[in-house]
Formats: sequence, structure tokens, C-alpha cells
Amino acid sequence: MDILYAIIPPRVLSQILVGLSRTTILFIVSSGLSLILGVLRIPNIAHGSLYMIGAFMAYSLSIFFGGGDLGFWMALIGAPLGVAIVSLVAERGLFQYLYEREHLMLLLLTFAFSLVFGDLVKIVWGTEYKSVPVPQMFQGFVNLFGGLPFPLYNLFLLIVGPIVAVALWFIVNKTKIGKIARAAAVDREMVGAVGINVSWVFAIVFVIGCLLAGLGGVLVAPTVSVTLGMDHTLIMEAFLIVIMGGLGNIWGALLGALIFGLAQSLGILIWSQFGIIFPYAAVIIVLLFRPTGLLRATW
Amino acid sequence: MAQGRIRGKAQLSVYAGLIVLFLLPLILQRFYIYLLSTILLTGLLATSLNLVLGYGGKFQFHHAVFYGVGAYATALMLTKTSLSPWLSFIVGPLVSGFLSLVMGLICIRLSKLYFGMLQISLGSLVWIIVYRWYSFTGGDDGIHGIALPDIISSPNGAYYFTLIVTAACLFVMYMIIKSPFGSVLQGIRDNPIRSEMIGINVRRHQLLALVIAGFFAGVAGSLFVVVDNTVFPDMLFWTFSLEILIMCLLGGWFTFLGPMLGAAIIIALRTFVSTYTSYWALVLGILMVLVIFFLPNGVLGYIEEKIKKGFIEPVIEE
Repeated sequence: MDILYAIIPPRVLSQILVGLSRTTILFIVSSGLSLILGVLRIPNIAHGSLYMIGAFMAYSLSIFFGGGDLGFWMALIGAPLGVAIVSLVAERGLFQYLYEREHLMLLLLTFAFSLVFGDLVKIVWGTEYKSVPVPQMFQGFVNLFGGLPFPLYNLFLLIVGPIVAVALWFIVNKTKIGKIARAAAVDREMVGAVGINVSWVFAIVFVIGCLLAGLGGVLVAPTVSVTLGMDHTLIMEAFLIVIMGGLGNIWGALLGALIFGLAQSLGILIWSQFGIIFPYAAVIIVLLFRPTGLLRATW
Repeated sequence: MAQGRIRGKAQLSVYAGLIVLFLLPLILQRFYIYLLSTILLTGLLATSLNLVLGYGGKFQFHHAVFYGVGAYATALMLTKTSLSPWLSFIVGPLVSGFLSLVMGLICIRLSKLYFGMLQISLGSLVWIIVYRWYSFTGGDDGIHGIALPDIISSPNGAYYFTLIVTAACLFVMYMIIKSPFGSVLQGIRDNPIRSEMIGINVRRHQLLALVIAGFFAGVAGSLFVVVDNTVFPDMLFWTFSLEILIMCLLGGWFTFLGPMLGAAIIIALRTFVSTYTSYWALVLGILMVLVIFFLPNGVLGYIEEKIKKGFIEPVIEE
């Protein structure tokens, strides 16, 4: 272990771990965004609102089930499902009529939705800060690399991230719906012509994407204070990650989230007052050298 | 001939509107004068955005940055230097124009969504710097109580100043759009590849349009300092940029006065709605959904369509 510390000081190492747990949240949310962008071609600004709704639902569910471990697990299952239902209603009710519109219109439509969702959250949950307790079993610290205290909950996040990535890879590449969705992303009319109900395929993809936003919201809830406006910062970061990684590319989202998360956590070490500029600077540098993102974009 | 008749009427109504705007302070209360000033300067901001968006076809997603930077430059010069205050109203827009040039040089290679997103990224950088640099910009408090020259410090003075500057800027922008440069810009919007083929330097034209738009956004920012005597970092947050986009859409993309109308509708509505409820965003969101579904060309676009139909059809019958 001394060799490891000789190469990387413990302070840096712990920041890297913090950055990696942040990466998990960023990846989960932006992979959903990327999926929707890649298949449906909707730049969904309301994605951030669904993340916020997920966090607020996690709060309510965890209170409803007594606030303990049971509450957390129920929130982890229930809140993404709740977000999925909200998004299904929005998709079937409005979005499905607008797929043919130009991107700018879709962008503004989803922004309008984010305004509506924001105020609905205000109506339902009020304007006060909410906090979701860290479940009992994840409280406390674990000593990594012989003496580096690391919160157990963050370790849990580090395990969830890869699981979600693999599950998503499996759905997109190995299942029938994933294959149809990829085909529909390339040529919607042709897929419709062979007798597949493209409209419902799109709905399912949209709901899966939004479910990921909700999941991100639940997972982040115990680590931050749940509040109005948490959607605005996150959606911008998620968009930049998707652009940096390559539109519609799930692995690009992972790579982008890694760069963004690590630049954020290490940037604070370098320059605490303006540490937050580093991830944005990273995006700019990437786009200057690779104008369409790091990995191959789907469109 | 019908076209000429419409243009004549339009010109006449613009003059009439200007005269009415000049006389309004005689009858209106102070609050409404303030509201009108805000509408004028926000309308100028939206019109400057439409120059690149509607006429230039560039996805300018973060226009508020130039507005905010113009306002901050003016405010900082007014509070931190002892130079002539009038100079700051020129320096503000120039700083915005310069920032627009720098950001444009970086972004211009990218197209569509990528252009917009890189711009948002750069704009967020500027926002962070303004937000975090307490010692220079006042951080999230902003700068308040900015002292102005006597002649424009009263509400009426501020109003007349805003009106004259806005009218002059709109006139200049109108001339730009009607100039050969404006035609080339619209040609590039409709078919960039063909424009390149016939020997037009696409990027240079678009870059110039970006700089012009940034400059006028800076003018709007300086006017905001005059009307409100304050600046704050939310002026250059990205959500405000999308609100300006909404104004353009609501009024009508491809019309010159559409963004001004959109700004007027949204600001008047916001003032009206806010007296009854704190859920303004909800109202705006629903309004936007309705506009996108039923009025994709905006209010003025819709009216223009109707007028053109009404005028041109009889001519064909003759």
C-alpha cells in the first residue's frame, strides 16, 4: 500500500473515489438521456426534472415506509417506477405527436415540460429542503487500501454503476426490443414497414430512459439535500456529458461521465474557488479536438 | 402591388407606434413606464437573438451570456472607474461583441446541436466566473444601486433613453437584414452547401452575424442597468437563454418584430400572473406547449400568413 501512496497521495486518491461515485450518478442519468437522444432524437431537457421528481419520490416513499432500510429499498424500486409512469403519460399524451418536428421545437417543448414539472414539484412537495437518510446498512466508513476512510454508501454507488451499465448494454444489444430500437433509430419507416409498431417501441425506450433519470434521483437523494432547482445543474451536466461522449452512445456517456466526474473532484484540489470550471473546460477541450464527441455518435 | 400596400401600411403603423410610445409617459403611472422599459429592452435582446437564430439559422442556445456580460461590463465600469458614465454604455456592448467573437471562433466549426451545446458549455464557464468571483463581480449578490447620470436616473429618463436606443438599434438591425449581407445570411440558413459552392465564405458571414447579435445583446444588457440599476448572475444563467428563445418562438421566428411582440406578451403576462399566483412557470410551460402545437410560426407569423392570404388572393382574381 505504501507503494500506491507513493504514486498517488491519499488526498488525491480519496478525491478520485469521490469523483467516481459522482460519476455513477452522472452516468446513470446521462445514459438515459443519451438513449432517448439516440433513438428518439429528442433533446429532453425535462430529463433533469424527472431526476428531481425521482429524488422527491424517494423522500416520500422512505418516509412512508418508516425511514429505515425498508424505506430506502422501497424508494429504490418505487421511485423509478413512479417516474416511469409520469414519463409514459407525458409520452403518450404529447411527445408522440411531435417526433417529426425539428430539434429546436422539441428542445423548447421539453423545456416547457421542465417548467411545468418544476412547479408541480413545488405544489406537491413544497419549497423546503428535504433530506433522505442514508440506510442503516450503508452508514459508516470502510477502510480502503489500508487506512483510507471511504463512506460505505459511496462504495454502494460504485457497485451500482457497473451493474446499470451492463444491464443497459444487455437490453440494447441482446434483447429483441433493444435490437428493434436500434433499427428504428437508423430508419424509422423501414422498421414500421416490416410490421413493427414503432410508436410503442419509442414509448418503451423513452420510459426506460426516464426510469434511469428517476434511478439517478433516488441514488443521489441520501448524499445531497433534495431541493427545487437540483434539476437545472444536473441536466446541463448530463447534456454536456452526452455531447462529449457522442450522441446516443451509451459507452460515450460512461466515458463522458468519467471525465466530467473526475475533472470535478480533482479540480477542487487544484483550485478550490474555481474548481467547478475544470469539467466545463474538459468539455471544451474535447469538443475542440473531436467536434462530434469522443466515441461514434449514432446520428 | 399588394406587397407594396402592406409595406406602406406597416411603415405607417411603426411610425404611429413610435409616437404613441413617446407620448405614453404623459398618461401612464410610474410602474407601467418601468414595465414598458423592461419590455423594450428585453424585446431588443430577443430581436438580436433572432438575427442569428431566425435569419442566420444558428442554434444560439446561450444568448443570455452576452446580455449579462454587457450588463456587468457597464455596471463594473460605472461603479469601479471614474471615467465618463456614457462611455460605459459603449464599452458594455463592445465587451459583449468581443466575447461573442471569441466564443464564435471556438464554436463556429460545429453545426446545429453541437454548436448550441458547446456554446452553453462556454457560457456556463462565464456564468461560473461571474458567480464565484466575489471580489470583482459581487458573486451571487450581484451589484446593486448603481449610480447613473442625472438625466437618465428618473423612470421617465430611463424610459426615453431605452426607447431611443432600442428604436435606433432595431432600425440598424432591420437595415442589416435588408442589406446584401442579410440576404446572404438567409441564403446560408436555407442552403449552406449551395452557398459555399457559389463562393460565399459561410463561416465568416455567420461569425459576423454572431458578433453583431452579441453586440446588440450587450446593448440590451446596458439598458437593463439603466432601468433596474442592478446586475445579478441569474441574468446569464442558461434557463434565461431558453426564455428568450421562447419569446422568439411565441412572437414568430421569421418575422422582424415577432421577438419584440413575444417579449411584450411574456413580460406583460408574467407581471399579470404573478399578482395572482406564484406558479408563473406552470402558466408559461402550458402556454408554450399550446404555442408549439397550434402556432408553430408564432403569433406574428400567423397574422402575417392571414394578411398575405387576404391581400394576395383578390389580386389573383383580378
